[in-house]
Amino acid sequence: MKLEFAARKRLGRFELDASFTATGDRIGLFGPSGSGKSSIVGALAGLVAPDGGRIALDGEVLFDRAAGIDLPPDRRRIAVVFQHPHLFPHLDVEGNLRYGYRRCPPQFRRISPELVVEALELGPFLSRAVRHLSGGEQQRVSLGRALLSSPRLMLLDEPLSALDDSLKYRIIPFLRKTFDAFGVPFMFISHSLLEMRLMTERVVVLERGRVAEETGAEALAVRRMGAGGAAYANLLRLSSPRMRNGLSVYRWGGGELAISGGGRPGEAVFELSSRDIILFRNHPGAISARNLLPCRVVRGHAFDGRTGIELSCGDERIIAEVMRETAEELDIRPGQSIFAAIKASAFREIL
Amino acid sequence: MLVPTDYEAILLSLKVGAAATLLSLPAGFAVAGLLAFGKFRGKMAVEIVVNLPLTLPPVVVGYLLLLLLGERGVLAPLLHALGIRLIFTWKAAVIASVVVGFPLLVRAIRISLEAIDPALVKVSRTLGATRRDALFSILVPLSMRGILAGASLMFARSLGEFGATILVAGNMPGRTQTLPLAIYDYAAAPGGESAAGLLCVVSVAISVVVLFFHEWLSRRAVREGLSG
Repeated sequence: MKLEFAARKRLGRFELDASFTATGDRIGLFGPSGSGKSSIVGALAGLVAPDGGRIALDGEVLFDRAAGIDLPPDRRRIAVVFQHPHLFPHLDVEGNLRYGYRRCPPQFRRISPELVVEALELGPFLSRAVRHLSGGEQQRVSLGRALLSSPRLMLLDEPLSALDDSLKYRIIPFLRKTFDAFGVPFMFISHSLLEMRLMTERVVVLERGRVAEETGAEALAVRRMGAGGAAYANLLRLSSPRMRNGLSVYRWGGGELAISGGGRPGEAVFELSSRDIILFRNHPGAISARNLLPCRVVRGHAFDGRTGIELSCGDERIIAEVMRETAEELDIRPGQSIFAAIKASAFREIL
Repeated sequence: MLVPTDYEAILLSLKVGAAATLLSLPAGFAVAGLLAFGKFRGKMAVEIVVNLPLTLPPVVVGYLLLLLLGERGVLAPLLHALGIRLIFTWKAAVIASVVVGFPLLVRAIRISLEAIDPALVKVSRTLGATRRDALFSILVPLSMRGILAGASLMFARSLGEFGATILVAGNMPGRTQTLPLAIYDYAAAPGGESAAGLLCVVSVAISVVVLFFHEWLSRRAVREGLSG
């Protein structure tokens, strides 16, 4: 999917003036609230007409002020999943799911209702009134409804913001699995860096209505380390655990990681805060932490008073965060070998 | 006992009420939509004009209609040219009912439209619905209760219409005499008390049925609103 976007729009004192070209099937649009993300969603979907600019999707012009082109939303085939599900209250679950399907010209229908119902586990709800569904179930229906319109591009506008953490992380696998299975390109819009990293690869960063940069999701996370006082979250994809002495043991970076909790078969994603890693210059002998990993320093990232130290362990990378003084005392420099100690309880399973 | 002209008066009342209500529905919905969603200069003025008949004495409405539609009225040349005669026909009674009942219709529909999440229309558009499709698949069904409630209220108001009707439609038994006008005739004539009483009972019965329907609708709306 190739999206060329250039639009200007003045709304009171706010001005959107953004242009970018994005290729790929998992694009991120990242920025704080008020940075213009929703204006871009409106302009892409055709709900808001920009004052000027040009928008094209896979070469087809959707909007071009100069040429007088402005396709109505119903002819763009760009579906939107908003923060709130906005289900049609007068239709049951099945009626909602089929709303866009019925309106999609048959030659464009690529996704069958049965498969969506199965993938999103909506079978038991089909004849239910939507007001009897939980928040997570409603959001799944909203997602299924959008998918069934067989869109060329799906805009996910902060679809997880209204959900609490545990629910959020249960929905993300649904999203990933579903978009993979149906091959629908999406633009994921969020102010959460963690969600960005879990959902996308390439990210357009928006600041005050303008595109600040286009970058990789991981690179952005590393660069933003320390912004707002938050620790960097290492994301570890681990699979096929063995149980040993009540801990789940995963192969990782040429060695093993012992984790309390976990243990689910298949792949899981664990979050490890950069502040939960303790560094030792030399092998510390006996310590209480279950994991002691021999690593090599790749580089350091200094930010106000702290240093993020990028470590390689086998073919994996993690980032540990220490006070800047500590980094100086340990005399940390690239290429040097070092030991990282991590408690088994420091890992949080999020996916 | 009811005499044939009494039956005719009852039927005419129902006919005028039904015609006025059905004729007003499309415009009533449009004006309600304009007031619920529209942002434009002069919205207040539109609001006042629409609601004016609610507070004006019906006789004033009737007199204004007379000035407009009468034999020497403002629109008389146009109506003559088109070969249309409205004044002192049952059609004039319909027009009187339309003007007097319209604000009630608009008000009920507007309230139900304002309760609709505006994002639903946007969502439907991104799912492939044209404007017209979104109107009939989202807005109309979601405001259906308001439409029916407004229609029943307007119908009931039309059954009770007297002041404007007597001025523009006259009071001709069998032709333009509606139920309230028939009661007025009986009550004004000596010895008409029992006939007037009987028609009053009929009038009350019809009103009770209509208002019962109206109440039932609003209660359902409240119940579903609470559980939703």
